Amino acid sequence: MTAYIVRRLFATLPVMAVVAIFVFFLIRFAPGDPAAIIAGEDATAEAIAQVRAKLGLDRPFMEQFVIWILQMMQGDLGVSIFSNLPVSRLIVQRLEPTVALTLSTLFVAVALAIPIGVLAAWKARKLVDRLVMGFAVLGFAMPVFVLAYILIYFFAVQWQLLPVQGYRPIAEGLWPFVESLILPSVALGVTYMALIARITRASMLEVLAQDYIRTANAKGLATDRVLLLHALKNAAVPIVTVIGIGIALLISGVVITETVFNIPGLGRLTVDAVLKRDYPVVQGLILVFAAAKVLVNLIIDISYAFLDPRIRY
Amino acid sequence: MLKRIFAAALALAIPFTPVQAQEKVLKAVMHADVRVIDPMWTTQTIANIHGMLVYDTLFGNDAQMKPQPQMVGKYDISPDKLTYTFTLRDGLKFGDGTPVTTKDVIASLKRWGRKDGVGIRLMSFVDKLEAVDDKTFRMVLTKPYGMVLESLGKTNSSVAVIMREKEAMTDPQQQVKESIGSGPFNFAKDQWVPGSKAVYVKNPHYVPRPGNEPPSSFAGTKFAGVDRIELQWISDPQTAMSALINGEIDFFEAPSIDFLPILEKAKGVKLMKTGTLDSTHGMIRLNHLHPPFDNPKARQAMYHLINQEDFLRAIVGNPAYYRVCHGLITCGSPLANDGGSAMLKDYNPKKALQLLKEAGYKGEPITILQATDHVTITPATQVLIQAMREAGINVDAQAMDWGSVVSRRAKKDPPAQGGWNIFVTTTGGVGSANPVLHTWIGAACGKGLFGWPCDAKIEELRNAFAFAQSDEERKKIATELQTRAIEQVVYIPFGQWTVPLAYRADRIEGIVPNTGLAVLWNIKKK
Repeated sequence: MTAYIVRRLFATLPVMAVVAIFVFFLIRFAPGDPAAIIAGEDATAEAIAQVRAKLGLDRPFMEQFVIWILQMMQGDLGVSIFSNLPVSRLIVQRLEPTVALTLSTLFVAVALAIPIGVLAAWKARKLVDRLVMGFAVLGFAMPVFVLAYILIYFFAVQWQLLPVQGYRPIAEGLWPFVESLILPSVALGVTYMALIARITRASMLEVLAQDYIRTANAKGLATDRVLLLHALKNAAVPIVTVIGIGIALLISGVVITETVFNIPGLGRLTVDAVLKRDYPVVQGLILVFAAAKVLVNLIIDISYAFLDPRIRY
Repeated sequence: MLKRIFAAALALAIPFTPVQAQEKVLKAVMHADVRVIDPMWTTQTIANIHGMLVYDTLFGNDAQMKPQPQMVGKYDISPDKLTYTFTLRDGLKFGDGTPVTTKDVIASLKRWGRKDGVGIRLMSFVDKLEAVDDKTFRMVLTKPYGMVLESLGKTNSSVAVIMREKEAMTDPQQQVKESIGSGPFNFAKDQWVPGSKAVYVKNPHYVPRPGNEPPSSFAGTKFAGVDRIELQWISDPQTAMSALINGEIDFFEAPSIDFLPILEKAKGVKLMKTGTLDSTHGMIRLNHLHPPFDNPKARQAMYHLINQEDFLRAIVGNPAYYRVCHGLITCGSPLANDGGSAMLKDYNPKKALQLLKEAGYKGEPITILQATDHVTITPATQVLIQAMREAGINVDAQAMDWGSVVSRRAKKDPPAQGGWNIFVTTTGGVGSANPVLHTWIGAACGKGLFGWPCDAKIEELRNAFAFAQSDEERKKIATELQTRAIEQVVYIPFGQWTVPLAYRADRIEGIVPNTGLAVLWNIKKK
């Protein structure tokens, strides 16, 4: 197992290198010029050219690329063109909100979706099943921002139970932290809840049709033991796969939720950096996202071995 | 009640967290996020809002655009109007406690004079800028330039702020690394989260102008009315509106026009016009370098396509907030006039096409840079494209985000090779009220702004304005200038408007109205 993990970690290096090359050139081939944005509305073409020269953006692409790669090899992600702050500082500042939102969303989604998925499978084709699947379809169909605005309108503006926006770090207290995450987690979690519930149901239905489940029932085991101990564990591999995909998607895909709820996370940082053409920030972020995806996939792959003894690396 | 039960239930399960000492905090959402902390390095308005919290200026133009001393205690102008002697007020200090001296002032003015258009123009007439002592300095001119004090007190982009000499020695093409000024607030750089929040704390060393002078734009006595200001960046306008209604923020600089009716009815919320002038002036810029708009007749033909009401209804909607203006100098300002405006009033699309054909247009595609993500420029461009297509003009609308428009418009290549024919933009109402500050009215050929209009007469008139010695003379020159600029079609105006700011009237008071650049001093929490 250790050898496998080490091998997988080494395998991430070429992946990261390809991502780095791709991102560097893609963003530079895209239209737009950070110097023009910095120089502002009333800047002349001459003034823009001066800013571009000072930022080193007038140098050949290859020269810029080599400089960046050399920086990267020293662990330096560069400096934001706009704020003049290190990219690593900007990413660290934004990491906590995104990780907190991702984990709280997963918590909400997994904690609710697996039980209702199991319930739907157990009561397949009955009213409960249809209600659960109806909810799942609705969860998929409802855009996150629509649900977010509905939640804000009722829970924040009308009933004033929760804040409209913002993120409070855990250092400011547990309740403010939790309070700031409830609505975003629910808004974002519904889609994942629907996804995980459907997969859980499908996987459970497949397992519940197996002979060993029939045997367990014939032995007179209690329904909860059959469902949770025998069936759910064996249905877990596809569920964990979906959860893993969900984590990766959440880390990089919380842009809308972060925007609507004004959470200063990595998603918003990415969009802002792309719109402003803040090249070093975009490059640094994409690398972080790529690393996170690789890492999550690795963890998921390792977890298979624990869930299914037949899988060995 | 529900909220209390909810919170109490959680509080039982959650360890007690210490309560922080109460300080008066103003939470404001501005039109953009503070990403740049050097107001000289960029013309971005938000950088100037930041700058005016942290830095002070020698002069500040009041609401009537008259310069009034701010850091300057007394000043003297020689009879030949060539020597200006300024003495700083007593006790001025930077946020770090060090005194403000003429070394700081001179270094700051020199930096500003190498970067800002107005500063460059002023410095081109400066022979000497020298310190007499730590508090007094002298500016000696080569010609009796008439805009010295107005330039030092300008309230639109790239304000002439006074930095510490250490930062002011930074190359003007590079951003300063520290933002320490002698203004009412200190910038808390350690709490800055670019793209999310910028924090300012009361500057204990700030010395306001004595005498409790009534505030008027940048002039008068200004003070820190709160202990701390948090400029939050909420990019979603609906969320920002909800946050204001819910009392999570106190001040919302630029609410979306669509939400004004909701805000008007919201409990505790008030709307406020930001100044005596309209804040924004819409304009269509034609590229003078390439056909068909290298021909004045083709440019003039475009006037007949523009019905300002169509644009303003699409952008603003509510006539209470917009104004049709058939001029290039901001309507409602002291220099507003009718020079050349008759050409702008003849809306006649058929005539537009006929004149274009007479100017040699044969149906070639006209490339328009179509911004897709700008709250006002996007709908204005759509109205223009529709008007041109309805008139029978072949339009090549190239959709792109605003960042790409900003980049592309700087290209002088022919449209077929990555250049352009038309883009739509806006400019500030304050700058457009003064021919020297109004850079878009200029026609400095290749050295001018995108579109590169080229006309010696216009530049002569702008220079003459700067040397005018009386209001009558200024008005006369402004009228001549506008007439000429309209003839040459430096740009096509499509009206002006103001988006009111929204604030919690039950929580704050003392907002100083200022067109175009929100100022947050003097605001107190109730």
